[in-house]
Amino acid sequence: MGDALVVAAHGSHKNPHSARPAVDHAGTIRSTGAFAEVHEAFWKEEPSFREVLRTVAADEVYVVPLFVSEGYFTEQVIPRELRLDGWDPGAWASDGLQASAATFPARDTGQRVHYCGPVGTHDAMTDVIVRRAETVTGTPEVGPGTGLAVVGHGTDRNEHSAMAIEYHAERIRARDRFDEVRALFMDEEPEVDDLTDHFESENVVLVPLFVADGYHTQEDIPADVGLVEPGAPPGAYDVPASVDGHRVWYAGAVGTEPLVAAVILQRAADAGAAVGPALESVRADVGAPPVADGGRRR
Amino acid sequence: MTDDASPPLPDAVRDRPAWRAFLHWVEGADESGSDGYRGALADGVTRTWGQLLISARETEDGNRRYDLRHVDDDRTPTDELTIHDEPAALRELRRSDAAGRYRPLTSAPTLRRGWALTDLDGAALCRAVETCYPASIPNWHREREGDLDVTHWRETAERQTGIYDLVDELAGDQVERLARACCVDSQCLKRRQWDESPDDALDVPRGDGQFPCREPCSLVVSAAREVALAEREDECDDLSLSAADRAQVERVLEAVATGEVDGVRDGDLEDGANRLRVRYLREKLFGDG
Repeated sequence: MGDALVVAAHGSHKNPHSARPAVDHAGTIRSTGAFAEVHEAFWKEEPSFREVLRTVAADEVYVVPLFVSEGYFTEQVIPRELRLDGWDPGAWASDGLQASAATFPARDTGQRVHYCGPVGTHDAMTDVIVRRAETVTGTPEVGPGTGLAVVGHGTDRNEHSAMAIEYHAERIRARDRFDEVRALFMDEEPEVDDLTDHFESENVVLVPLFVADGYHTQEDIPADVGLVEPGAPPGAYDVPASVDGHRVWYAGAVGTEPLVAAVILQRAADAGAAVGPALESVRADVGAPPVADGGRRR
Repeated sequence: MTDDASPPLPDAVRDRPAWRAFLHWVEGADESGSDGYRGALADGVTRTWGQLLISARETEDGNRRYDLRHVDDDRTPTDELTIHDEPAALRELRRSDAAGRYRPLTSAPTLRRGWALTDLDGAALCRAVETCYPASIPNWHREREGDLDVTHWRETAERQTGIYDLVDELAGDQVERLARACCVDSQCLKRRQWDESPDDALDVPRGDGQFPCREPCSLVVSAAREVALAEREDECDDLSLSAADRAQVERVLEAVATGEVDGVRDGDLEDGANRLRVRYLREKLFGDG
């Protein structure tokens, strides 16, 4: 019997679009045949984290959290609800960015669960953010003469949420591709409200490191930045939009980018899954070049 | 019919005892003798599962094929339905009701009609059923085998953290009300097997569903949070109701709770849930004047 992949995401009781990235990326991976089974599981939808494992026939299960950072959901909620026997956040030996994978039996089903670090902190996510800047501007060589803002939620319950944003911003900055790269936040300094204060470049691309489009990415941030008037309908912004003499390309949640499927696969591969040629085939299908600097960290 | 004479099982079914048991149940294999089973299957047998109507038949070459549609479409001519041949079609169909509203609870009795999946093999049938009602087959199978792992309210509530940490404040009548509000057949087609605790059964009817509910779901826990916050409040003494106002409040709550409110006509001023009547009451109870 082959191995199984479970893509674990938040989901929503109110927003039907919240589950979309998990469903789409799982579908992409399913079609590669790299795993005998590919399932989605959700905190707020069904199948729930609590019951997904009993729908899986495989004995070896790779669980990849489709979350942007390490923290409350990846360290407490998902392992608890999956009933990972012996889980302790220390198993990841991470200070917020290094989680790769740790293996535990599930108490109710006995399956061996390879519990992977979140998608958002993987090095390959840097490529996805850049890819998003390319697709939203329609310019494969976007960079020169352009500023890039990676935007995150900030504090909240999650002490590590800012780290992933700053990490990817720093990695993109080091590539010397964009004139300026900034990490900005909704709930802490430096704030995305003051977007144009942070950029000299006339052209600015704004990529939110969020998994799914919803209130934050479609209403909150567009209004904060001044892409729309407060209270405008969801998603009613122009691309590009004009803000204080800057042209701003707003990308929406990066989690919807098809290349995220490759990061999910990479997470499972890093944990030991034999994904065969699937990784390259997914990248090729979305028109991405072969792995730039993704892959196992350290 | 002996197992030896059965066509080989697809791998996906062979690896899943729950699916094997489910297909046998669909085919009526547990209830009739082998001859009756064979004969009935040749003629076609049907089962309901939530709001799904499952039809099974045996083809001339001895294979089993299955059709799936909404239980209320049992008499709808097939050519009036939208036909799908992939279980994945249910991923989209299950996500919104007939009015296009998002369905966060797959087991709410609001599955939309007008579609059919036809000529499925056993694995495809099980995948379709699990897409529509996730985990329903393994939980049903565990229950039949006598090892359904029920998690009762108290344990679920005490496990919660973050914004749901407070739901363990609810107990006794409050949990009864919560289950009566959320978990009866008019709201969810799973059969509730959890209680307040193993020693404290709830009086609320468990429901008549085919497949069990083994634990309060995320929608119930979310509702519990709002209810727990409200239950912290003291009674207020600045609101007094006449008998007629009280009756109208009761009628408005009834109309909203049952969904009848959508059908209350604008001109039906005798109905306390009529919009103009409710606007008057709002003005009287909470208006500036």
